[in-house]
Amino acid sequence: MTRFSAFELFRQGLTGQSGWKPQWRSPEPKAAYDAVIVGGGGHGLGAAYYLASQHGMRNIAVIEKGWLGGGNTGRNTTIIRSNYLFPESAGLYDHSVKLWEGLSRELNYNVMFSQRGVMMLAHTVHDVQVFQRHVHANRAAGVDNEWLTPEEAKAYCPPLNISDNMRYPVLGAALQRRGGTARHDAVAWGYARAADRLGVDILENCEVTGIVRNAQGAVEAVETTRGRIKTPKVGVSAAGHTSVVLGMAGVRLPLESFPLQALVSEPVKPVFPCVVMSNTIHAYISQSDKGELVIGAGTDIYTSYTQRGGLHISQHTLEAICELFPQFRRMRMLRNWGGIVDVTPDRSPIVGKTPVPGLYVNCGWGTGGFKATPGAAHTLAWTIAKDAPHPINAPFTLERFRDGFLIDEAAAAAVAH
Amino acid sequence: MSGSFRTGIGGRIRRERTVRFRFDGVTYAGVEGDTLASALLANGVHLMGRSFKYHRPRGVLGAGADEPNALVEVTRGAGRTVPNVRATQVELYEGLEARSQNRWPSLALDVGAVNNLMAPFIPAGFYYKTFMWPRKAWDALYEPVIRAAAGLGHAPTAPDPDTYLNRYAHCEVLVIGAGPAGLSAALAASRGGGRVMLVDEQCEPGGSLLAEPDVRIDGLSSRDWIARTVAELQANPRVTLLSRATAFGYFAHNMIAVNERLSDHLAQPAAGAPRERLWQIRAGEVVIAAGAHERPLVFPDNDRPGILLAGAARTYLNRYGVLPGRRVVIATGHDEAYRTAIDLSRAGVEVAVIADLRPRPTGPLVEQARALGLAIRTGCAITGSRGGLRVTHARLSAILAAGKLGPPDEIACDAVLMSGGYTPSVHLFSQSRGKLRWDEALSAFLPDVSAERERSAGACRGIFALDAVLADGAAAGAAAAGIDAPPALRSTAVDADPAGVMGAVPHDRGPDARAFVDWQNDVTSKDLKLAVREGFQSVEHVKRYTTNGMATDQGKTSNINALGVLADELKRPVEKIGLTTFRMPYTPVTFGVLAGMARGDLFDPVRTTPIHGWAVENGAVFEDVSLWKRARYFPQGAEDMEAAVRRECLAVRSACGIFDASTLGKIEVVGRDAAEFMNRFYINAWTKLGVGRCRYGVLCREDGFVMDDGVVGRIAQDRFHVTTTTGGAARVLNMMEDYLQTEWPELDVWFTSTTEEWAVIALQGPKARDILSGLVEGIDLSPEALPHMALAEGHICGVPTRLFRVSFSGELGFEINVPADQGRTVWEAVWAAGQPHGLTPYGTETMHVLRAEKGFIIVGQETDGTATPDDVALSWAVGKAKPDYVGKRSLARPSMSAPDRKQLVGLLTEVPETVLQEGAQIVASRGLKAPMPVIGHVTSSYYSAVLGRSIALAMVSGGRARMGETLYSPHGAGEIAVKVVGPVFHDPEGARVNV
Repeated sequence: MTRFSAFELFRQGLTGQSGWKPQWRSPEPKAAYDAVIVGGGGHGLGAAYYLASQHGMRNIAVIEKGWLGGGNTGRNTTIIRSNYLFPESAGLYDHSVKLWEGLSRELNYNVMFSQRGVMMLAHTVHDVQVFQRHVHANRAAGVDNEWLTPEEAKAYCPPLNISDNMRYPVLGAALQRRGGTARHDAVAWGYARAADRLGVDILENCEVTGIVRNAQGAVEAVETTRGRIKTPKVGVSAAGHTSVVLGMAGVRLPLESFPLQALVSEPVKPVFPCVVMSNTIHAYISQSDKGELVIGAGTDIYTSYTQRGGLHISQHTLEAICELFPQFRRMRMLRNWGGIVDVTPDRSPIVGKTPVPGLYVNCGWGTGGFKATPGAAHTLAWTIAKDAPHPINAPFTLERFRDGFLIDEAAAAAVAH
Repeated sequence: MSGSFRTGIGGRIRRERTVRFRFDGVTYAGVEGDTLASALLANGVHLMGRSFKYHRPRGVLGAGADEPNALVEVTRGAGRTVPNVRATQVELYEGLEARSQNRWPSLALDVGAVNNLMAPFIPAGFYYKTFMWPRKAWDALYEPVIRAAAGLGHAPTAPDPDTYLNRYAHCEVLVIGAGPAGLSAALAASRGGGRVMLVDEQCEPGGSLLAEPDVRIDGLSSRDWIARTVAELQANPRVTLLSRATAFGYFAHNMIAVNERLSDHLAQPAAGAPRERLWQIRAGEVVIAAGAHERPLVFPDNDRPGILLAGAARTYLNRYGVLPGRRVVIATGHDEAYRTAIDLSRAGVEVAVIADLRPRPTGPLVEQARALGLAIRTGCAITGSRGGLRVTHARLSAILAAGKLGPPDEIACDAVLMSGGYTPSVHLFSQSRGKLRWDEALSAFLPDVSAERERSAGACRGIFALDAVLADGAAAGAAAAGIDAPPALRSTAVDADPAGVMGAVPHDRGPDARAFVDWQNDVTSKDLKLAVREGFQSVEHVKRYTTNGMATDQGKTSNINALGVLADELKRPVEKIGLTTFRMPYTPVTFGVLAGMARGDLFDPVRTTPIHGWAVENGAVFEDVSLWKRARYFPQGAEDMEAAVRRECLAVRSACGIFDASTLGKIEVVGRDAAEFMNRFYINAWTKLGVGRCRYGVLCREDGFVMDDGVVGRIAQDRFHVTTTTGGAARVLNMMEDYLQTEWPELDVWFTSTTEEWAVIALQGPKARDILSGLVEGIDLSPEALPHMALAEGHICGVPTRLFRVSFSGELGFEINVPADQGRTVWEAVWAAGQPHGLTPYGTETMHVLRAEKGFIIVGQETDGTATPDDVALSWAVGKAKPDYVGKRSLARPSMSAPDRKQLVGLLTEVPETVLQEGAQIVASRGLKAPMPVIGHVTSSYYSAVLGRSIALAMVSGGRARMGETLYSPHGAGEIAVKVVGPVFHDPEGARVNV
């Protein structure tokens, strides 16, 4: 495996870049592994990488029905932040942010984590109360978050419209400076390459079709389109299709799958320095390194497995963007796409053990999965290796929906009076 | 070589009408009918842009929507700048002002072109492999430099003053594309009598025929045939024909989105004229007649200005009367380029040579070219070009047996015209989720299985011969309309062999040669091969790793060639590699047209109460609460909010206040089973609530957490007047309907939203009864007849009213419900009657303080979707004898009675003047460092004028067991000490309300 570096790029440049080797192998499946991860997105590949690098489990495989990173890893708007309300969430997402901060160097793959700041706008008195609560809660949890006046918000993000002529004028903003964006595809590829280097088999075009359990009910093997693979441990990170996979083992999950759309503009010179989110007006926006404005909003209304949504959702999103940034009305939408997000009743993920011995799950990330990639993968690997919760993922059990110990991040958007 | 490149005759331009325009500050002359690209070419200007990554000088490549190179910024003044516009689609108008992009200081001399020298070291995906050391340098150095180099044009900086429209339409048949197939289809369909719509992206119908002046159809010149067809369509009132209208998205159930450009082509749009219109068309049947895109040849240095598509060159000649050069080399693997050679030769251009990759091309076009004496080299590859800002030479090599190349030969020229064949435009078909199949003979993906009621016709399904195209269009249009196809039309077109070439042209130029596949994003065949070498085998991976096909042209010219390169490299057939997903939009769409009229006050409807006007006249400051404008406070003189609220609060406590409560949600629950429904829905018991009595109702979600609250009055045995929070009205009504329809359909009850039916005037304070007494008729206001939590129907100021005796302030209070249209009249009468009693108007802020003094919660402020009724001290409201209610089962879960749950308490700061911030956290001890164990948070916090100190409500873990404890709220570097008290600060016995 050739190490990536400027020097190596230069050296290869002298010979037409002809010496590079595949970033990961394409092996044939072995008959048996010590663990199999279902789902070759950032979460699954990351779990395999941490299993190999932190827990010494190298006889493992990641199986992916399509191409690596082809699900939500490659379909999101790449926002990374950890300013969640509840300490359990802030703990998980901030664990992630800390891993993001060292990820490029750890993987020897530039995932372009860019801490350009994430700003959440308040448009009503209620928003102000909610976001100030976030700021206080985050600071107590050791997560950076600060309150900005409209003028300070504009100074941080000059394109922002803070005039009174808006339908919902900006009353302030919560800013997390350590938040930002990353290059989504690179996360999947970087984890794949690093895991492969440690001996992990990455099996693309390999769809799981069944989960085989022994007489005691524990996981024994997975059936795939490339044959049966024996394994005592299966970790599932299949985003919108997780409920389908878990259903093969008879486990029902409290998940609903919705299309989530996003879009980009044509590329322009740098015009937007940070990430801005508005829950009330319903949109978020940043600018990629390539120059495209990257824009998203909420999910479609109806549950679906199609990776596309309705035009009216894009319209509402752009109405919001044009309201906040009227100078962008003449910009043009270049590309629009959809992903399938798996949503839990409390809008927090499920990470950990399932009722089936040897079966582990990491799902329910809704619209927030990308930012959590390293943290979720890291703690899931721990749980798979030790068959025990990691202190950080311990609150995110499946059982909480039975017992009521919810971590209700939807609370952040509580009703207005 | 100087002078005009305009021909003397021909084309669809009006030579006599000169149009002046500026490009990069230089004034040029074009003519009416030109595009910016054709006008620049007529002036001999090929250099129109710089590429994205290497900043290579680029000329125009195509003549339409597929253009990757000639992107410009067009400006019409502040707020009216558009970046990245294709010069090929900009219709020329007098005074047009355009600038080139992505260059500094000038288009001809661009410092960024240093990237081009670094090309060997910055291949596809280079940024993943470097810029990682030192860590901080990514944010501080590398990324800013990369960002500054990337991007193309500049985003506008001023708000766009133009307006955009939105329109919905329905039709039996929608035809997309007004070329020969689309015109035939629309004409045939129109004879079925249904509504037909024909949309086309160009400024006039005709499509490819606009560049075919010599063909005759049905005995007419192509120009006359187009005119006759269009005239017939326009004469039919059931037909709508839209030009400058691009169908950009195909959505489920035959919904097609079309962007119509209304005024960008005009020199002086009328003031206020809309710029674009979004059509959302629901069609019974769709005929896609979207044509095809020409494929470039992938050979080394194929990107110099002066190298363009052969078909585009023919369009410039035949449609715009413009010559691409004086001496051209034609490089082809396809018959169509011969048409270009023949037409250019006839127009006086020297065709230096036709280099044909095919060993033995045959057919009528080849024969015609031979007959004209044009030099043809068969089995000949173009293996390079020379030139700086314009091509000067083409490098040709004979293809020998076994893939070897003969010695190269350089031919002087000022333009190279290339063609690899045509790629059917399957974008919309694919967006519709139709399945494609690979056609080996055409080297193209073609529509196979439809997913919608849709059919493709003509070139977009691989039919290219004109007679066949006309017949195919007519058949598709007739079939879509459910009628028989009309007789076939005959044309004089000479057919070409539709087979072409794809992938890279063989060359002998060594590893450093760059053959561009994606012009705009500077992706070369080498980059694609590098991606394969690095293990990226999925076409989606290759696209994402190299960015091939991700430029603003969306891969229209690059996708198939990239597939060809990949197939060669992977040694796998194309159909096994597959295609990347086609997604909307077909061409980029303005944000503004998608946002439409939704701006400012039209962004979201503004809801105002019947009393809003009075509040405005009396100087209220408003806040947004969901869609409503609510008066927040009524400042007098120079009062700030704090001063106004103190005054308003004291007025209510000492005399009386008047408050507009009309925004509260109101639902009339009526029917034989109304009480049973209420029993099952709310946590309270309702059966025993007497007619004429009220009760404070609490609603939980099925997970047991408080969702909404409000006073409910029983108007009659079978009728409840339910109030909800302002923001919760629609949510509660939806939930009622949901439960009624899905869980309890057997109940005889129905719901009506009455929020806007009633104006609600709250009169709160010790003088409230005195003020009201002279105004009501038929209602006994005495405490015996109308005690707290009772209601009466009668009249006030002659208007029917439902008068509730309720209080959200802790004072004697009434809420006067009157028909909305009488709201202001009654308000003003009450206002007048209250003057002798010191009646004071107050807003939501004072309302909040007054209720906090009494420990009344606000749903959404004290609760946040995680609080049970017991958490917020409302367990008294639960109808404990009821068998069930929404949330009951969830409330039985172990977590719901855990002793450390957060509970509602009051907090008093040690320093009475200190007002905590809402949202502040509560901890158990001093001196903690983050991350610190938090036990609660402040939900409401105010200065209480009546108490002369601050008060706060908070949710604190195990709070009710902590009475009297001192806790702390972290603040800056230190903390604020607070004492835990009960949540009722004022009049805990409730004496003031029961008078």
